[in-house]
Amino acid sequence: MQKIGVFVCHCGTNIAATVDVEAVAEAARHVPGVVYATDYTYMCSQSGQDLIKDAVKKYGLTGVVVCSCSPRMHEKTFRKAVNSIGMNPYMLEIANIREQCSWVHKDKEVGTEKAISLMKAAVAKVELDAPLTAGETPVVKRALVIGGGIAGMQTALDIADAGYDVDIVEKNPTIGGKMAQLDKTFPTLDCSSCIVTPKMVDVGQNDKIHIYSYSEVTDVKGFVGNFKVTIKRKARYVDETKCTGCGLCTEKCPMKKAPNEFNLGLNNRTAIYIPFAQAVPKVATIDPNYCLMLNKGVCGLCSKVCDAHAINYKDTDKEIEVEYGAIVAATGYEIMDVSKYDEYAYAQSPDVVTSLEYERLMNAAGPTGGELLRPSDHKRPKTIVFVQCVGSRECDSTRGGKPYCSKICCMYTAKHAMLTKDHYPDTDIYVFYIDVRTPGKNFDEFYRRAVEQYGVHYIKGAVGKVTPENGKLIVQASDLLMNEQLTINADMVVLAAAIEPSHSARHLATLLTASMDTNDWFTEAHPKLRPVESPTAGVFLSGVCQGPKDIPETVAQAGAAASKVIGLLSKDKLAGNPCVAHSDEMMCTGCSQCADVCPYGAITYVDKEFRMPDRTTKVRRVAEVNPAVCQGCGACTVTCPSGAMDLNGFSNSEIMAEVDALCR
Amino acid sequence: MQMTSDNENWEPKIIAFCCNWCSYSGADLAGTNRLSYPANVKIIRVPCSCRINPMFILRAFQRGADGVILCGCHPGDCHYMTGNYHTRRRMTLLFSMLDFLGIEKERTRVEWVSAAEGQRFVDVMNDFVGQITELGPSRRLEDLRCRTN
Repeated sequence: MQKIGVFVCHCGTNIAATVDVEAVAEAARHVPGVVYATDYTYMCSQSGQDLIKDAVKKYGLTGVVVCSCSPRMHEKTFRKAVNSIGMNPYMLEIANIREQCSWVHKDKEVGTEKAISLMKAAVAKVELDAPLTAGETPVVKRALVIGGGIAGMQTALDIADAGYDVDIVEKNPTIGGKMAQLDKTFPTLDCSSCIVTPKMVDVGQNDKIHIYSYSEVTDVKGFVGNFKVTIKRKARYVDETKCTGCGLCTEKCPMKKAPNEFNLGLNNRTAIYIPFAQAVPKVATIDPNYCLMLNKGVCGLCSKVCDAHAINYKDTDKEIEVEYGAIVAATGYEIMDVSKYDEYAYAQSPDVVTSLEYERLMNAAGPTGGELLRPSDHKRPKTIVFVQCVGSRECDSTRGGKPYCSKICCMYTAKHAMLTKDHYPDTDIYVFYIDVRTPGKNFDEFYRRAVEQYGVHYIKGAVGKVTPENGKLIVQASDLLMNEQLTINADMVVLAAAIEPSHSARHLATLLTASMDTNDWFTEAHPKLRPVESPTAGVFLSGVCQGPKDIPETVAQAGAAASKVIGLLSKDKLAGNPCVAHSDEMMCTGCSQCADVCPYGAITYVDKEFRMPDRTTKVRRVAEVNPAVCQGCGACTVTCPSGAMDLNGFSNSEIMAEVDALCR
Repeated sequence: MQMTSDNENWEPKIIAFCCNWCSYSGADLAGTNRLSYPANVKIIRVPCSCRINPMFILRAFQRGADGVILCGCHPGDCHYMTGNYHTRRRMTLLFSMLDFLGIEKERTRVEWVSAAEGQRFVDVMNDFVGQITELGPSRRLEDLRCRTN
């Protein structure tokens, strides 16, 4: 029989307002096995924890129940507290009487009754709890960063700075991400590539960082500290180790009709290409969809001109397996496809562009050499209409609309308007907005400058229709503040399309068993207290893959994720999760059903000698669980026909005891 | 206090098994957002919905529960990759046999509630409690030795 102490938390008035905490403590005193019960304003405070520790010592408690907030919040806190005075941390259970009782019920009598019931269930569980000790596993001192945008680069640099090896897996032929495509950054209007390309060089030259460009993660096995990751290195048809990046092949390639992804298809590139001048690694790649040699078996010009003999038309996809201690997801975002928004005529007119396309049109390295020209007739636009929130803040998802605010559009539109006015002061600019959202350092000042100093026409209202007509775009819109209908003869329309998670993110989340929200952004372990960790141990989040962010926020989060990775890699060994399955070999029949359902391959079979009652020995095949590999899901415990398999911390008898207590 | 259907004050007893990663967090989120649902729902935390042994459900009915609901991650989102698929299959089988035991299979249900779906958790619970209240008390499987009065 355990000697159990019950500690009821008021949580200020969070619990005490709906639950009679004293009554819960009093009820606990009458539960068999409970030798001490009390209530206190804040159990999680230092004095609250001391109160628990003192009671454990004074009454010789062997088990503790804390009636408080969700175990997801403070289970660790309390387990650590009792562990500090020598009690096994797994002899403590939490009764969740805040999130699942006081906050969801209004009637005090009902709330108190439920709290008592939850407390009794927790006591029943502690009664059967056994001390558990976690095993230790070594940590592989190498980190994987998935995504080589500014988030991934910053994370990798910070981890490498601390002295650990990092690999970056990037699906494109070069790192740099979206930031490399931007012209200027808000609110300072400094050149984006002037900041990002030196970072790319830093990454490329760092001894501790290895870049797997043009590669994808195809499989993830293992667990925190010991991931085994399969990386697919897509066939590049160019030997990375030999290519010097001279670019002669790209000049000679006769196939010049492949759409240039870097310029969002606004111009074309050759079939063998280097995405842009500052690419890292600066290695050519052959596009298998367009290369004449690969498709028709004729040409071979690039191979002839390459002095380094780097071209290999027989290249194939290769898979490699690498071990990592930690994984960082930095998969970033894509621009939403706005062609379903018929009213803006994006699919009908080349002069209706997305903001990122506009960014390329403004960029000196872009398709127009930095001169703002309409894609249709290469004339300079005189009147430009910007439409905000295209696809953002839209609850109707039939056209792919997003319920969230994409966060960066208000600011980059103000930037586009100002840059355009800077270059061509006679341009008329209209911005249609729902709200202008400018929280951030120097953001509102920036937006006001666009309105007051540059004379950009900001109009609160929606654009109803864009009609291409005689080389013009007729924009019909409403001005909500003046309550009037407007018709604007525009030369260009720029759509602030919503940003959405990278299309590969969901597949990756499944591989990592990391969770995602309904919009496919990665979920953080705790929205306030653990913003850069995923709920899966050893998987961290960096940048926009977790939610819309601007560059400074992305860099800050990247650094935070790196510091978490460094914290993990600095440990030589990790305490495992002791709540793992174990098999009673006397009951096990070796039927191997448990191994069939185990998603981690943690169960193996061994032949063991057993002494029989007649003093003979018999060899039987029995299941054995590897505690370092088992993650404790419990699938095997249910499938086991002989009841040999059980789960520490959530044993059959413990759950049954909880059921009994709650049904009483 | 064993209530009977004659008793007007009868309130159903409902056990909700919630997976630690999704539904339990979803229930926490309902709390954080102060979305209320009936107090008859009492939650038992399990690491994964696949940890729920059919025996636990039968035990609950035996001990006087009127309804048992299992909540797990949406198919494809299991923290342990395949756990909820096992749950789905096992429970389909179990539920198909409940009628033979004299328990209406409407007293059990499997629902997928993610950690982000506090509102859905509340809607599911409200609906389930309503359904059980309509069905009335479950007594068929009750072990008379478990009666407390």
